[in-house]
Amino acid sequence: MPPHMNVVVCAKQIPDPAAPGELDPNTKTLKREGKLILDDSDAYGVEMGLQLADKAGGGEVTLISMAPNSEVSGLRTALAMGAAKAILVSDEALQGTDSLGTAKVLAAAIKRAEPDLVLTATESTDGYTGVLPAQVAEILGWPSITFAKHIEVADGTAKVQRQTEEGYDEVEASLPAIVSVTAGVVEPRYPSFKGIMAAKNKPVDEVKITDLGLSADDVGWKGARQEIVDVSPAEERQAGEIVEDEGDAHERIVQFLEKLKVI
Amino acid sequence: MAVSTTWVFAESSEGKVATITLELLTKARALGGTVEAFYGGGDADAIAEQLGKFGATKMYAADAGDVLQGAPVAAAMAAQIESGNKPDLILFGQTYDGRDVAGRLSAKLDKPALTNGVDVSADGDKVTVQNAIFGGNTLVQTAFAGDGPFLALFRPKSFAAEEGGGGAAEVVKVGVPDTGTAGQSKVLDRHVEEHTGPKLDEAEVVVSGGRGLGAAEKYEMIEQLAKLLKGAPGASRAIVDAGWVPYAYQVGQTGKVVKPNVYIAAGISGATQHLVGMKGAKNIIAINKDKDAPIFSIADLGIVGDVHKVIPKLLEALQAKG
Ligand SMILES: Cc1cc2nc3c(=O)[nH]c(=O)nc-3n(C[C@H](O)[C@H](O)[C@H](O)COP(=O)(O)OP(=O)(O)OC[C@H]3O[C@@H](n4cnc5c(N)ncnc54)[C@H](O)[C@@H]3O)c2cc1C
Ligand SMILES: Nc1ncnc2c1ncn2[C@@H]1O[C@H](COP(=O)(O)O)[C@@H](O)[C@H]1O
Repeated sequence: MPPHMNVVVCAKQIPDPAAPGELDPNTKTLKREGKLILDDSDAYGVEMGLQLADKAGGGEVTLISMAPNSEVSGLRTALAMGAAKAILVSDEALQGTDSLGTAKVLAAAIKRAEPDLVLTATESTDGYTGVLPAQVAEILGWPSITFAKHIEVADGTAKVQRQTEEGYDEVEASLPAIVSVTAGVVEPRYPSFKGIMAAKNKPVDEVKITDLGLSADDVGWKGARQEIVDVSPAEERQAGEIVEDEGDAHERIVQFLEKLKVI
Repeated sequence: MAVSTTWVFAESSEGKVATITLELLTKARALGGTVEAFYGGGDADAIAEQLGKFGATKMYAADAGDVLQGAPVAAAMAAQIESGNKPDLILFGQTYDGRDVAGRLSAKLDKPALTNGVDVSADGDKVTVQNAIFGGNTLVQTAFAGDGPFLALFRPKSFAAEEGGGGAAEVVKVGVPDTGTAGQSKVLDRHVEEHTGPKLDEAEVVVSGGRGLGAAEKYEMIEQLAKLLKGAPGASRAIVDAGWVPYAYQVGQTGKVVKPNVYIAAGISGATQHLVGMKGAKNIIAINKDKDAPIFSIADLGIVGDVHKVIPKLLEALQAKG
């Protein structure tokens, strides 16, 4: 086991999910304006990274994020939790980038950081493609283990419990590797006051895609090679009958089930 | 005719083809052209007949042994494609292995992968994938630009699985190229969580509980109700994250998609991520003490009430009926 374990955590910064989503009428993609926050799903990766570095007896967590407008608010949250530093990729040319383009960017940034382990969430809250960890791994030529619900690192290997349809599999891969973690695997810590203050001075290395050796053709609309041709409202499911329970609502359920011949 | 060959990434467990695979094969048939399956695993012969019945004339089988499928199957697919055996379209389930293989293949071929599809159509040489966003209230159509093969992933239950009456698929064993350490995510052991009753995503009745139950031990009511209705118990993510029930019970965006005849949501608010997993139910009953809970906007029968009062009485009434 390396006495130092350096972990990269991919941390997506997203619009507040509590605010209703909106599509840009021109580009027909999700609006990602204004202040962004750390995707909740990635808080688990940050916590896991901190714990693993701790257990290894040394090392640090580096955040990697691709976000518009030099946005750092979400990164500051993760830095306040204890991550040491961040690489932020922000570039006009990234508008319209799809998951493969994002994977190219993240993979290039990961190479810069030279970590032993990369953590991502299984899917982001606003994009939820879920294919990104595998794309990044393939670009790097690394093993990947997705849907981790438990991770242990020892002797240069990661041992992971991977969620499956029926339960979970015990899977092992050599480092460096990329592991995607499911929500709820660890309890993300709340940033302390001290952490929040310290985060303000932690280094955020902002880079452009050309700094990463990528060209505008790899990313953005052009790189995405797909076109949104139509957006329309789905057929809405109508609300049915709403009944206030006055002690006999269960009878309404029984009648309803009888009518459907379920009972 | 646009699509001349479609591949379906096939998944199975213990010699039984996954429902999602049958759904994708059915859809692939509807697109016209030849339908073939691509399978990673050593028991290809055991499932060739099932795949054939649903329309696959051929199945490519790549056996990499006990490792995660992503890297080796993607490499085997890419090798076929590079040797000229090139489909126009490859359909994957938005599943654990589906995502891994599609993601790897997408990077390997440098082709985009469209995810979370709920429908696909081909018109001329234009292939369009439909997505449902914002909890399913908005549909987005995205067309592939550039050259195929086009890669697309679909949410389970997007298509009905129907047999096409074909004979067993011809099994073509293909090699797995050496993928180095990338392909060496070794599966050491498999743990199966035991459960009785119908499977969550196949049950005719699903009874799900949410945070409104108040405490882990109250989930027993949900299990009892599901049992009485010969259904399966489900859950919102809130109570899965809280550790009340295993992840396998979760319904929604990051859990199972269910389309039962009857879905009962008890103490569940109806967050969009939950709705996408159950909106397709034929009939929805919701019990929630907040009359403004979003779940009521899609319920056929909404009960504004306390789960701790309504459900015990419902259990009693059902038990009395025998
Ligand atoms: C990326 C992402 C993916 C997600 N995926 C999923 C997913 O797959 N599935 C999923 O379910 N969620 C998912 N979520 C979470 C989702 O946003 C909600 O947080 C979750 O569904 C809420 O669960 P709940 O309805 O049980 O809890 P709450 O939202 O807390 O609702 C509890 C409800 O119970 C009612 N209640 C309280 N007491 C009583 C009582 N005594 N009797 C009756 N009613 C009562 C309340 O009025 C309230 O409406 C996801 C979130 C994210 C960000
Ligand atoms: N722009 C981004 N910056 C940093 N990490 C990202 C970004 N997009 C995706 N990721 C990571 O990849 C995971 C899967 O994303 P997605 O493909 O959107 O479901 C996310 O949960 C993040 O961990």
